[in-house]
Amino acid sequence: MKVIRRYSDGERMTHWVVAITFVLAGLSGLAFFHPSMFFFSYLFGGGPWTKILHPFIGLVMFFAFILMAVHHWRDNLMQPGDAEWRAKARDLLMGKHPQMPEAGKFNAGQKMLFWVLVICMAVLLATGVLLWRPWIAPFVPIVLLRVAVLLHAVAAVLLIVSVIGHIYMAIWTKGSIRAMTRGTVPEGWAKMHHPAWYRQMTQGKS
Amino acid sequence: MSSLQSLDVTARSATTTPSPQVRTNAPQLAKLIDESKCIGCKACQVACMNWNDLRDEVGSNIGVYDNPSDLTPTSWTVMKFFEVEPKDGNLEWLIRKDGCMHCDDPGCLKACPAPGAIVKYSNGIVDFISENCIGCGYCVKGCPFDVPRISQKDNKAYKCTLCSDRVGVGLEPACVKTCPTGAISFGTKEDMVSYGNKRAGELKERGFQNAGLYNPAGVGGTHVMYVLKHADRPELEDLPKDPTVSPLVSLWKGVAKPLALAGMLAAVAAGFFHYMKVGPHEEKSEEEKV
Repeated sequence: MKVIRRYSDGERMTHWVVAITFVLAGLSGLAFFHPSMFFFSYLFGGGPWTKILHPFIGLVMFFAFILMAVHHWRDNLMQPGDAEWRAKARDLLMGKHPQMPEAGKFNAGQKMLFWVLVICMAVLLATGVLLWRPWIAPFVPIVLLRVAVLLHAVAAVLLIVSVIGHIYMAIWTKGSIRAMTRGTVPEGWAKMHHPAWYRQMTQGKS
Repeated sequence: MSSLQSLDVTARSATTTPSPQVRTNAPQLAKLIDESKCIGCKACQVACMNWNDLRDEVGSNIGVYDNPSDLTPTSWTVMKFFEVEPKDGNLEWLIRKDGCMHCDDPGCLKACPAPGAIVKYSNGIVDFISENCIGCGYCVKGCPFDVPRISQKDNKAYKCTLCSDRVGVGLEPACVKTCPTGAISFGTKEDMVSYGNKRAGELKERGFQNAGLYNPAGVGGTHVMYVLKHADRPELEDLPKDPTVSPLVSLWKGVAKPLALAGMLAAVAAGFFHYMKVGPHEEKSEEEKV
């Protein structure tokens, strides 16, 4: 089976640092969001420890995400054809195998996910820094803290729902996960899901 | 402290099932602070630190009588002095004993994410159970009166307990007991409301037309109330005119919580059933094509 390189070692390791810190920041944050999830705090050594660790985990996540965004932002700029791709996405999801416009390295759905994540991460960092006790929050006006705490929750929930979608798409589209675990994909997979990217990668080669 | 009244907890932070509240015969209690009788002697501050065995750090004078200048984790009540001119050329010196208002609908309790770190007893007292506190500061965002203070030493939130330990064994709060002019009274909420209204009436007869009781309805009424000489303008003394729990906090800790939880669960369920219905997205082999 001929394979094509999709993600470099660095890109994959960065992705998994983001993934791990996302799970940890998510679980520790959810513990404070709803009483039904407070038990997640026991994974981190109790309430006070969860509160102490959450912002540090979030910072690691943010900086790893920046690296990831630097790797991938160019490939996520919207291109002609992406609007049509989005319009046909519904049929694709329904398993009807419509004729999709040729996707590049990322399809329009992946690009939308990318920009939603960028926005969520930016909001989470900006509001999270303001809320950071004991170093920053005591010097921030209470009214601003109230806005921050609400935006932090909204961005976090949007991020979590988006990542649930992201994980599901990786499971649904067979052969995708090895791109992130091994860095390569079979040629057939590339031809089917990202034909424009496949041509670009194989140009001049036989 | 909590063990003394653990059978009459009517509300408990971050808890979705009822708390122990079999003992419901406790009357609603309230403290009434009559500013027209207050001479600013700070005996209440001394009694508070004495009974609660707290010693604040010696700070610096900021040029006025206020000392310390604000509530701190170890100063749960502070006399605040205001030089105001309610009418032009008519200087008045108002003195207000600042501290927790013990709201009937406490914003701190609504915001708190730590189960049992904030409780409200059936007598109306709102108490911080500090051993359950995680130091997140959400109570600060929930409070409409800017009362909770978080210690730099232990990262726990502190505030006036309305001497829940004294009240639990039938005593009045320490500040009430010590006040030399009788400016602070303590009793059932009903009695305190009617006494407060009576005092406001007497002040009106003496020329304070806008005297009245400060028992703001926006937070369900409070279990610490003031008789104010200018009840129409509580902001003269740094009191909010119509305090409510911020709509941002109500949204965040109200409808947003179940909605977000449902959204996250729905996303997982949608994925599962989508896979079961549609199957994986892959190249169909020749045999599979029907």
